[in-house]
Amino acid sequence: MIEFLQQLINGLSQGAIYALIALGYTMVFGVLRFINFAHGDIYMLGAFAGFYTAPKLLSLTGGGPSYGGAALVLVAAMALCAAAGVIIERLCYRPLRAQPRLTVLIAAIGVSLFLENGGQFFFGADPQAFPEIIADSAIELPASWGEFASLTLTIGQLIVIGSTIVLLAALRTIVKYTRTGMAMRALSLNPLAASLMGVNTDAVISFTFAIGSALAGAAGILTSIQQPSIDPLMGINAGLKAFVAAVLGGIGNIPGAALGGVIIGVLEALVVGYINPTYRDPLVFAVLILVLLFKPSGLLGKAEREKV
Amino acid sequence: MIFPALFFGAWISEVNAGPIRVGEFASLTGASASFGQSSHKGTKLAVEEINAAGGVLGRPIELITEDDQSQAGQPATIVRKLISQDKVIAILGEVASSKSLEAAPICQQNKIPMISPASTNPKVTEVGDCIFRVCFIDPFQGTVMSKFARENGWKKIAVLTDVKQDYSVGLAEFFIKDFLANGGQIVREQKYSTGDKDFKPQLTSIKASQPDAVFVPGYYAEVSLIAKQAKLLGLKVPLLGGDGWVGDSLLKVAGKSLDGSFFSSHFSSDDASLMVRNFVEKFKAKYGEVPDDMAALGYDSAMILADAIRTAGTTDSGPLRQAIASTASHAGVTGKITLDPQRNASKSAVILTIGDGGFHFVKKVEP
Repeated sequence: MIEFLQQLINGLSQGAIYALIALGYTMVFGVLRFINFAHGDIYMLGAFAGFYTAPKLLSLTGGGPSYGGAALVLVAAMALCAAAGVIIERLCYRPLRAQPRLTVLIAAIGVSLFLENGGQFFFGADPQAFPEIIADSAIELPASWGEFASLTLTIGQLIVIGSTIVLLAALRTIVKYTRTGMAMRALSLNPLAASLMGVNTDAVISFTFAIGSALAGAAGILTSIQQPSIDPLMGINAGLKAFVAAVLGGIGNIPGAALGGVIIGVLEALVVGYINPTYRDPLVFAVLILVLLFKPSGLLGKAEREKV
Repeated sequence: MIFPALFFGAWISEVNAGPIRVGEFASLTGASASFGQSSHKGTKLAVEEINAAGGVLGRPIELITEDDQSQAGQPATIVRKLISQDKVIAILGEVASSKSLEAAPICQQNKIPMISPASTNPKVTEVGDCIFRVCFIDPFQGTVMSKFARENGWKKIAVLTDVKQDYSVGLAEFFIKDFLANGGQIVREQKYSTGDKDFKPQLTSIKASQPDAVFVPGYYAEVSLIAKQAKLLGLKVPLLGGDGWVGDSLLKVAGKSLDGSFFSSHFSSDDASLMVRNFVEKFKAKYGEVPDDMAALGYDSAMILADAIRTAGTTDSGPLRQAIASTASHAGVTGKITLDPQRNASKSAVILTIGDGGFHFVKKVEP
């Protein structure tokens, strides 16, 4: 029982990361109807942004690991990733917007390869030790909890889950209650009609990329708190898993992406803990195939009829 | 016809008088760059010493090094290049068993002796009679750690294996075999794959099995994260491992979480013998750092080759191969090396422990 609960906690903290990355896939798909395959590499850029800025930012807040310093690193990485996302969209995707969707998709794969190999060139292919921005340790649970007191919950896990919830709430507020959010929703329903109503399409798309990339950057930092070893290829696997999460939840659907991420994370932890770790990746991708076969719209997505 | 013959003769003597070309392939960049950089530094130091002392057979040794970028497929390409273009008389390399296994058939085909400094998987030298190594093999290493665990009174061991590495699977297999045969208990077997970053699910399962120690025969990149996450999950027992732990980034990532853990290896810079002290001094003077196992093995591989060339009196592959095969009681920095009929080194292992940000010598285990 305790072991099972522990696996749920493990899965939840990993799933939170997938959820954050999955949001970027789903938001871009929502407005542009294409899969930004370079998104996983933005997550990698986030981790490296933290790697390079952390020593400076931590020295502003007294040098050692601290919550204030960690928050600064998180914000810096999110800002840098948002900028990267906007630049990539401006340079690589916008000129192709009039082209068939397949062209943009292939361009995205190109950007992804460029970031991975450019990363190996500039950052080095060796795994780097991510600086300790928060003193991670297990939280002492009160003895009055009986056998549940033997559960292990680390500060890192709490921060990951907590930050994810805060970021999700913020995103929901933006999409639901701001003018830009309304423009995003309008664009996802009908881009032409939205632009006829005076929506500045380019600005809204840039904003979407900025938000999605910032969330991926946050995921990069939150992962590195728990797993302080980063390398330029770390985005490949995480990106694919998050993509599966987005499809599972219903691509284009924001709560769906978050739900999909958590489900994939928990599923992975249970497979590794109880069945066999080598089945972890095959199972995740089997989920993708099953969803596409039986419920292509995903768990929370609405079935959409293709307009002819 | 006289002219060409004269010319040709002159050319041959020119080649004989020139340096002896030795090829080296190593992972100088990429995921296992830590291994490759170390072994290369050791090898280079040995070659420089040999040349400073007048070379072998009156000729200097020229070391031609190629980087395989830690990538599968590269060793085959660059070893072919070393043999066909650079005309090397012998090959030194690699650390990782999977890379040595790629290069070995090519060396065997061309009858060029190859000496691996640190590939411990048994299959490497089984490729053919031109393939040698100066390190011990996995069955020995696995057994040494099992024996060590039993001596410490640990009865229940959990094993965490990297299923993508022949090295890790081999070590785990021989550890488990010996441990079970001697009345021990393997309470949980868990697996992971190279490149994984989150090990909490495996470690949670291992923690629930309440082991006395955990055997983690992986490479440094993953072991450091495993150690860190084990400590966070409150798994307080020591971790045990093999020579794959030795890497630059091991302690950088793991911090203090590996303190009190043990691993088997080839060499300890704490060793008080004169030979090791000299080697450590020279290495420090040249590179400003303390040599690790891979550096020591790289050094020994070059020294054994030089000795064999001296014994053979020629660089022709037949006699040279014979001379390497008959290496006996070579006093290397990693111990007394004797090559057995299977071309594996029979020699002692050392057990090291981790603490105060460094490795410390615990004991030597004879074969």
